[in-house]
Amino acid sequence: MDVMPKWAEVILVPLISLLLAAVLSALVILAIGEDPVAAVKLMVNGALGSSYGWGYTLYYATNFMFTGLAVAVAFHARLFNIGGEGQAALGGLGVALACLYIPWPHWSLALIGATVAAGLFGAAWAAIPGWLQARRGSHIVITTIMFNFIAASLLNYVLVNMLRPQGSMDPATARFPEAVNLPTLHDLLAPIGISFSKAAPANVSLLVAVAACVLIWLLIWRTRLGYEIRSYGHSESAARYAGMPPTRIIMITMLISGGLAGMMAINNVMGEAERLVLNSVEGAGFIGIAVALMGRSHPFGVFIAAILFGFLYQGGAELALWTTIPRDLIVVIQALVILFTGALDNMVRMPLERVFLSLRRAPKPERKEV
Amino acid sequence: MDMYLTLIQLLDSTVRLATPLLLACLAGLFSERAGIFDIGLEGKMLAAAFFSAAVAALTGSVWVGLLAGIAASLALSAIHGIASITFRGNQLISGVAINFLAAGMTVLIAQAWFRQGGRTPSLIGNARFEPVTLPFAEALQNVPFIGPLYYELISGHSVLVYMAFAAVPLTWWILFRTRFGLRLRAVGENPAAVDTAGVSVVGLRFAAVAICGVLCGVAGAYLSTALQAGFVKDMAAGRGFIALAALIFAKWRPWHALYATLLFGLFGALETRPDVIESLIGMKVQGQLLAALPYVMTVIILAGFVGKAIPPRAGGEPYVKER
Amino acid sequence: MTSDPAIELKGISKAFGPVQANKDISIRVMPGTIHGIIGENGAGKSTLMSILYGFYKADKGEIFVAGKKTNITDSQAAIAAGIGMVFQHFKLVENFTVLENVILGAEDGRLLKPSIAKARRTLVELAEDYGLNVEPDALVQDIGVGMQQRVEILKALYRQADILILDEPTGVLTPAEADQLFRILDRLRAEGKTIILITHKLREIMDITDTVSVMRRGEMTATVKTSETSPAELAELMVGRKVLLRVDKTPAKPGPVVLDVQNLHVKDEKGVERLRGIDLQVHAGEILGIAGVAGNGQSELLEVLGGYADGTGTITVNGESIDLSGAKSDGQSRRARGIAHVPEDRQREGLIMDFHAWENVAFGYHNDPSYRSGILMDNAAIRADTEGKMARFDVRPPDPKLAAKNFSGGNQQKIVLAREIERNPDLLLIGQPTRGVDIGAIEFIHQQIVALRDKGKAVLLVSVELDEIMALSDRIAVMFDGQIMGERLPSETDEKELGLLMAGITDTGAEHSVAEVQGNLAHVHAAEKGV
Repeated sequence: MDVMPKWAEVILVPLISLLLAAVLSALVILAIGEDPVAAVKLMVNGALGSSYGWGYTLYYATNFMFTGLAVAVAFHARLFNIGGEGQAALGGLGVALACLYIPWPHWSLALIGATVAAGLFGAAWAAIPGWLQARRGSHIVITTIMFNFIAASLLNYVLVNMLRPQGSMDPATARFPEAVNLPTLHDLLAPIGISFSKAAPANVSLLVAVAACVLIWLLIWRTRLGYEIRSYGHSESAARYAGMPPTRIIMITMLISGGLAGMMAINNVMGEAERLVLNSVEGAGFIGIAVALMGRSHPFGVFIAAILFGFLYQGGAELALWTTIPRDLIVVIQALVILFTGALDNMVRMPLERVFLSLRRAPKPERKEV
Repeated sequence: MDMYLTLIQLLDSTVRLATPLLLACLAGLFSERAGIFDIGLEGKMLAAAFFSAAVAALTGSVWVGLLAGIAASLALSAIHGIASITFRGNQLISGVAINFLAAGMTVLIAQAWFRQGGRTPSLIGNARFEPVTLPFAEALQNVPFIGPLYYELISGHSVLVYMAFAAVPLTWWILFRTRFGLRLRAVGENPAAVDTAGVSVVGLRFAAVAICGVLCGVAGAYLSTALQAGFVKDMAAGRGFIALAALIFAKWRPWHALYATLLFGLFGALETRPDVIESLIGMKVQGQLLAALPYVMTVIILAGFVGKAIPPRAGGEPYVKER
Repeated sequence: MTSDPAIELKGISKAFGPVQANKDISIRVMPGTIHGIIGENGAGKSTLMSILYGFYKADKGEIFVAGKKTNITDSQAAIAAGIGMVFQHFKLVENFTVLENVILGAEDGRLLKPSIAKARRTLVELAEDYGLNVEPDALVQDIGVGMQQRVEILKALYRQADILILDEPTGVLTPAEADQLFRILDRLRAEGKTIILITHKLREIMDITDTVSVMRRGEMTATVKTSETSPAELAELMVGRKVLLRVDKTPAKPGPVVLDVQNLHVKDEKGVERLRGIDLQVHAGEILGIAGVAGNGQSELLEVLGGYADGTGTITVNGESIDLSGAKSDGQSRRARGIAHVPEDRQREGLIMDFHAWENVAFGYHNDPSYRSGILMDNAAIRADTEGKMARFDVRPPDPKLAAKNFSGGNQQKIVLAREIERNPDLLLIGQPTRGVDIGAIEFIHQQIVALRDKGKAVLLVSVELDEIMALSDRIAVMFDGQIMGERLPSETDEKELGLLMAGITDTGAEHSVAEVQGNLAHVHAAEKGV
C-alpha cells in the first residue's frame, strides 16, 4: 500500500531534503565566520543579477544537464554510472579530433559533427563497463570509477605526447579553427534585439542540452525502449520473463548514458575553451550525480536541478572573488545535496510516512482492500 | 652494487607509498566484509590528513594530531553508518557524498583556520612522525648486502608504517580466529543468519564501519604527518580508490591486501623513477601507463578473466527483516 | 501433564503499516506436544511466530514461557527463553561450515577454537540422541536441503531450545525427506521438547500434531485437538466456508497436438542438470497438469517454454519447432508464436509492482501495434484496453492508474490472467495459478482456465497443490528430479498414487520400501502415544 500521496513523494520529500542541505550549508558558512544571508545575496546577485551572471549560470547548467541526464538515464535501468567524468573527458577528445582534423565549412555543421563525435567517444568509454556488467557481472560502480582514472591517464598521455602543438609546454591541443567557434547567447540574442553579455560563455549548446532533456523525457516515458529500460530497472526477473534481454538493455542504456556525458564536451570544449585542455571536465561528471538525485531522475527535474547547480557554481565563484569563502563551499553544498536527497532519503521519508499514516487512519474510513 | 642500491631505494619508496594504500585497503576490508560497501575511503583519508596536520600544527604534537585525524575519519564513518545502516540508504551514494564533503570541508576549514589557500602550515619537529631507526641499523649499515637492506629498507620508516604492516596479521587473526571475526564475516554474507542467532546486525556493522574509520584515520594521518609535512588540497589524490581497487584485487583477504598494495605501491614508485624501468627492461614506459595500471588490472580482475572476485554476498544491500 | 503451558500467547496484535497481520491472538501450547498452526498463505502464521521469536515486536499482547511472563524484545531474548526457530528460508551462511553456522552467536568466549571443539562434541551427541546426522566440516553451500534443515534444528538444540518452531518445513523437501523430518520431530517430542509446526498442508497436521490452531486473515479462528477434528473441518475453518475443490467442467474434447516436447534438457548456471529428458504433449482443448514437489524442475520447464532459460531438445508448437537458445529464444518470440505465460511468481516475474495497472497490461506485449502510434507508445490506447480487461475480469478496484502493488494477490493475478488469456493464445502456460489468492478469486481463475480450454486451446498447468491439479487437469504428468515419472488420468488415480510418483517411486519394489517407511512412522507414533 502506498503510504504517501504522490505529490508528497515527488515534491515534499526532495524539498525537505534540499532544505536540510541548505540549513546545514548555512551553518557551515556561519562556522567559518561568515554571514550566510550576505553570502546568499552575493551569490544571487553574482549569478542571476546580470546577463553576465546568467551567462555563466547557464553555461554551467548546460554541462550539468548533460551529465545529470547521463546519470538519470542509467538510474532508470538501476545502473549507477559514476563514470560521467571519464566519459565527458573522452567526449572532449572526440570534439577535439572532430574540430581539429575536419575542415568544417560552418559552425552549425561542425556542431552536428562534434556532437556525434562527442557522443560516440563518451558512449564507447561507457560501453566497456556496460559490457563487463552485462556479460561478466562486474560491478558497474567500481568499473566506471576505474575508467575515470584510466581516462585521466589516457588524456594526459594523448595531450602530452600526441595532440600538443610543437613547441608548446601546455598539455593542451591547439586552438580550434575560427569556423567551428560556436555562437554565444550574445550572438544568438542580438539579432532579435536582446542584449546579452558578450563575455559570458553560455552558447548554443544550451539549446542542444534542453533538446536532450525533451528527447530523454520522450525516450523514457513514451517509447518502447524507455519502457523496457524502466521495466529492467524495476525488476530484472520480470524483464526476462517479458522477453527484454538484459544485455541489450544494459548496453543501450550505458551507450545513451555515456553518449550524453560525452556530449557535454560541445559546451565546455567547443563552446568555451575552444581547445582541449587537461582536466577539462572539472568535476561536472560527478555533479551529474547530485543533479540526477535531486531531479529524481526525471528530465524535467534534471533541468531544474542543473540550473540550480549552475547558479551555485557561478554564485560560488562570485563568493570566492568577493569574500574569503573558497569556491570549495560549492563542493560541500553538493555533498550535502547528494547526502540528503540520495543516501539519507529514508531519514526524511520515514517520519513523513508516519505522519501521513496517522493522518489517514484518523479521519476517513480507509478504502477497503479487495 | 649500484643496481642493488637503486633497487633497495625503489623498494623503500614502494613501502612508503604502499603504507597508506594498505591501511585504507584493510579499512575497506573490515567494512565490506561486514556488508557495507565503502567508496568513501578517499574522503575519510582526506579528512584525517587535514585534521591530523591541522591539530599537529596547532598543538605541536603529532600524536594529538593522529587522534584528531582518527576522530575526523570516525565522524565521516558515523555519517556513512547512519545513512547506510540506520536509514538503509544507498551505500554507494553515501560514499560519493562523503568524498565530496571531505574534499570541500578540508579546504574550507583550512582556509578559515590558517588562511594559506587551503593548506596547513608546514609541520616541523614533534608535529611530524620522524623515521624510526631500528636497533643496530647504523652498526650494520656497511655490512654488504644485508646492511643496506636492513638500514634503508627495513629500518628508517615512521612508526605508522610498522603499525600498518602489523595490522595485516592482526586483521587476519581477528577475522578468522575470533568470535567477532566470525560474526563480522557472517553479517556480510547473510545478515539474517546473524540476526536470528540473536546477534545485533546493526551493532556489528557499526563496529566494522568504526574500525574502517580508525584505519582510514591512520592512513590519512600518515599522508600529512609522515609521508609529507603538512596538508595540501586534495592530497589523498585517488589513493582511496586505488585502495578500493587493491581490495578487489586481493579478493577481500588480508594477506592478499598486503601483496596488492605493495604491487600498486611499486607502480607508484616506478612512476617517479622512469630511468629505472628503462634500464631494467630496456624500453621507455610512459608514466601515465603506470598510473593507470592499478585500475586496468582491477578491471581485468573484475571481469573475471583472471580468477573471479566474488564480493561478500550481502554487500551493498541494506538489511531489512523480511516479512 | 498438568504443568504450565510451555508457551502461552495472550492478545497478540501486529500491524504492518495499514495491514493488520495479527489480530488479538491467544494460544496455549503444552510441553512435550506438537502444536500445529494452519492457515492459508498470508493468514499471519509466520508473523505470529516471528513475534514469538523476537523478530518483530507485537503492537499489543503478552507472551508467557513456562508460566512466566516473558518480554521477548529480540532474538537474543527468545533464545534465552529457550525458543528456537527454523525459518522457511534457512538462515545459514552459505560459505561457512556446518560447525561455524551452529556456533554463530552461541560461541563460548572470544576465541573460536574452543567453541568449535565444543560444538563438534555436542553435535556428535545430538546426532545420536535425535538422529540428526550432518557433516560438521562441510560447507553449507555444498550440502543438500534436507541436511541444511537439520543444521537449522541443530542450531536451535545447540542453544538448548526447549521450544522449537518450524515454519513450513516440508515446502522444499521430498516426501521421503519430510518423513525423515517427522521422525526427528517425534523423537524430539519424546524427549520432552515442545514443537510448533506451521504449515498450510492439512495432511501434515493430521499426521503428527497433538493440537492444532487455525488462522484466517490475521485472526485465530479455532484451536482443537487433532484427534477430534477432520481435514474437512480444518479446511473449512481455514477459508471460512465450505471449499469447493471440484471445478465444474465438461469432459475434454482433445484436438490435435499443440505442444510437443521431446527430450528436453536444461542446465542451471552451476551446470547442474535440472531437466533430464522431458517428453510431453499437450493437445488443443486439453489441460495437462504437472504435479510435483516444488524444485523438481517444474519452474525450469516453464522458463524454457516461456523463453527465458536455455535448453536442448525439440519443442514444436502447432508442428513448427521453436528455438531453445540464442537470439530467437525469448519471451517476445514465444508470444509471437501464440504462447502466453502466467508465471509462477507474479510479484517477481509477472508484474512490475511499482508500475501502474495499465503499464502492466502492456507488459510483454508492449510491441503490439495496437499499443503504438508511430514510434511512440499509445498510452491512452493501453489505458482504454486496461479498463476493458479490468471490467471483464472483475479486477477491484477497477483503476488502471493504481500501482500493481496496491492490489490484493487475487486481483494482481487477475490482471496477469487478463493480459495473457485475452491474447487468445494457442497455448497457455500457467504456474501456481492460485498461490496466495483469496478463495473467491480462486474459483474465478479456475473457471477462466477451463473456459480457455473449452475454446479449444491447450493449457499446461503447473501447481504444487495436488488438489488443484486433480480438480483442473484432464491429464496429469508427475515430475520428479527433472523427469516425468508417469502420466495418469485424474479419474483413474488418487492422491496416494500421485504422491508416490512425486517421490520418484514407480515400480512396486520401491513402493514397498516407502510403505515400510510409513509403517515405521506409524509405529513410532503409536509407541509415543502409549497405544
